[in-house]
Amino acid sequence: MHMPIESKFFDKETIEDTLNDPSQVIPLLQIVQEKNGYIPEKAIEEISEITGVSISNIFSVITFYKQFRLRPPGKYIIRVCDGTACHVNNARMLLDILNDELKLEGTDTTEDGLFTVMPVACLGCCSLAPVIMVNEDTHGKLTPQKLRKIIKDYQRKGKENH
Amino acid sequence: MYKITVGMATCGISAGAEKVYKSIETLIKDKKDVKLAITGCMGMCYKEPLVEIFDGKTTYLYGDIDEKKVQQIFESHIQNNTPIDELIVLKDYKTGPEQEFTERQYKIVLRNCGLIDPDSIEEYEARDGYKAIRKVITSMTPDEVIDVIIKSGLRGRGGAGFLTGQKWKFARASVSDQKYVICNADEGDPGAFMDRSVLEGDPHSVIEGMMICGYAIGATQGYIYCRAEYPLAVKRLKKAIKLLEEKGYLGDNLFGSNFSFRIKLKEGAGAFVCGEETALMASIEGKRGTPRPRPPYPAVKGLWGKPTNINNVETFANVPWIILNGWEKFASMGTEKSKGTKVFAIAGKAVRTGLVEVPMGITIRDIVFNVCGGIKDGKKFKAVQIGGPSGGCIPESLADTQIDYEQITKTGAIMGSGGLVIMDETTCMVEMARFFLNFTQLESCGKCTSCRIGTLRMLEILERIVDGKGEDKDIEKLEELGEFIKKTSQCGLGQTAPNPVLTTIKYFRDEYEAHIKEKRCPAHSCGALVKFIIIPEKCTGCMVCARQCPVNCIIGEKKKPHVIDQSRCTRCGKCFTVCNFDAILKD
Ligand SMILES: Cc1cc2nc3c(=O)[nH]c(=O)nc-3n(C[C@H](O)[C@H](O)[C@H](O)COP(=O)(O)O)c2cc1C
Ligand code: SF4
Ligand code: SF4
Ligand code: SF4
Ligand code: FES
Ligand code: FES
Repeated sequence: MHMPIESKFFDKETIEDTLNDPSQVIPLLQIVQEKNGYIPEKAIEEISEITGVSISNIFSVITFYKQFRLRPPGKYIIRVCDGTACHVNNARMLLDILNDELKLEGTDTTEDGLFTVMPVACLGCCSLAPVIMVNEDTHGKLTPQKLRKIIKDYQRKGKENH
Repeated sequence: MYKITVGMATCGISAGAEKVYKSIETLIKDKKDVKLAITGCMGMCYKEPLVEIFDGKTTYLYGDIDEKKVQQIFESHIQNNTPIDELIVLKDYKTGPEQEFTERQYKIVLRNCGLIDPDSIEEYEARDGYKAIRKVITSMTPDEVIDVIIKSGLRGRGGAGFLTGQKWKFARASVSDQKYVICNADEGDPGAFMDRSVLEGDPHSVIEGMMICGYAIGATQGYIYCRAEYPLAVKRLKKAIKLLEEKGYLGDNLFGSNFSFRIKLKEGAGAFVCGEETALMASIEGKRGTPRPRPPYPAVKGLWGKPTNINNVETFANVPWIILNGWEKFASMGTEKSKGTKVFAIAGKAVRTGLVEVPMGITIRDIVFNVCGGIKDGKKFKAVQIGGPSGGCIPESLADTQIDYEQITKTGAIMGSGGLVIMDETTCMVEMARFFLNFTQLESCGKCTSCRIGTLRMLEILERIVDGKGEDKDIEKLEELGEFIKKTSQCGLGQTAPNPVLTTIKYFRDEYEAHIKEKRCPAHSCGALVKFIIIPEKCTGCMVCARQCPVNCIIGEKKKPHVIDQSRCTRCGKCFTVCNFDAILKD
């Protein structure tokens, strides 16, 4: 066993608890994802050093699970529910509108880094379908008009804070 | 004396329960005789936010509450002791405008959901919590426990419906220095929230069920594998485990015996296939969650190669009730082979949607028309989709099918874990099949060629059909591919992925044919196959649609009704989404 490494991402206790334990790869990734919104390369190196799992194996875990991102997300993460209840209530149209309004052509993040759009399965409030979540705020019973207004509001807010 | 309780499950919070809670808090600040509490899902998700007032005698449930109504209720009910009848949805859990919703329900799994504060062990104990584990430890042998569970007829609620007691018996029979109990809380069906509601509303009943299982099979370590997207459930579970450890209800020598049990919480990371038991165990071990062949079954070789028993959240929540109320009472409910109750998360086009627990044996018709109040907006009932992406649809003509594992399987669907989507005449069955297949296709772990490539081929065909580009023989190709994938895939994901397609073909072949041969969507739903028409009476001539149409095929003068040139319209649907006056019709 070697000495705990100097870390940018984890505190000493976490490192001690997870040292040389391959089953801790996912929990460690979750800590990084939670704090940074994505997994920087440096973090992968550290996790490899801590758990003893090879970098390529960690990569294969990251790409397997949807929760992990390898690139930083936008300032506002828009989760568009495409679970069953939202789907039968026209959730696809919301996605089309977002792609159109935010000019997302095949990417998930806007050029100005303001928005990241992610389709997800069920946000847990099906009775409000169709639903989106912008960061921590839920917006339900959406219509195209309401959605466009919400985007405009966040665009304004985002610019003001720039 | 008043007790005010606010429903604070995920959906309640999204609907605004937090604001409601805060405004009540402010209003009652100086009132010593009013207590404010939170609870989990009360089931009536369609009436969220929900606020309950108990005056020592009667319980009044108010629905659709906002800050303004809180003020009204406070002034009238709390200050002047006059309940506001128009806002009450249910009195004493049984009478009132919404009573039909509760009449046919019977609550075992949800016995405490929406009644107790999920963060309070005391409230759980006040409702017979942790009595079953005490009874088991002090007066029953492990074999007796297993015998009771077998006799109750309880079957796994995670999908496959295997006899729970039998599974415990296998795990007990395995000899090992270490065994594990796992609670499968990965709830992957997109649009189902039974397990989440139980975890958020009554985590202790699940934990107690796991303890009893640990005692019965001889395991001292439990794991709960909870879906990543359930932050509130995770928070409440963490808190419950911590409180139990502090109180000495988890740890060594529990309740004065030599039985020891601990629980660790593992959060999933977003992969549907991790709900499959072998994939789930791989994920706990820190690896990619790919299934492995069975046998060996987990009862023989499970987590880290040790004997493991894995059950679903709802399965565990039934266990303490069965121990305390007796297997006879449980087995007296339901059909010959399906006993007890089943929880369903009801979504879709019904008047009432939410969480219900009904006795096995109830018919689908009864659920749709009585519990859920029929279809919204006077539309016609068409089918239910049961069992999520692994399940299938059951048409109106078979609505008298009973909720029973075997009867549902006979229709081509499966009981599944409890997702129930009610569909009306405006839901396109081909599009629904495409939706579920798209989901499973993306979630395939890619290990088996038939599942990885086969579902992709099927999806391509379905996309073609809903796009109006279906070809002769497409239906036959789907059937062939579907049967092949079912036979040759290794795990349940591939084996069941074709079900939504095959059942819709079985019952709604004419809809597939209409799409393919006539390029027509009978439900008027598939964008590429409908016509967009402007209703002149509603059109204000605002010109918004004309400006947005990508092919400039909307013609009209300012302030005069516009018209769509159908010969040039590409049916992109843009105009439909931008009109602020509901003036564009999909036909
Ligand atoms: C693709 C796939 C996904 C599954 N997802 C879940 C799930 O989310 N929750 C669950 O309890 N069981 C799920 N299962 C079933 C589990 O493999 C397992 O049978 C179940 O957890 C056993 O518990 P039970 O006997 O109490 O039902 C899934 C199976 C497959 C093949
Ligand atoms: S059937 Fe599909 S999900 Fe299951 S193991 Fe095979 S490829 Fe993976
Ligand atoms: S947007 Fe609606 S109201 Fe305005 S011109 Fe078009 S159809 Fe008429
Ligand atoms: S559906 Fe598209 S192409 Fe057709 S009229 Fe509307 S906006 Fe124009
Ligand atoms: S399906 Fe959208 S919130 Fe559940
Ligand atoms: S009543 Fe809110 S989650 Fe069901």
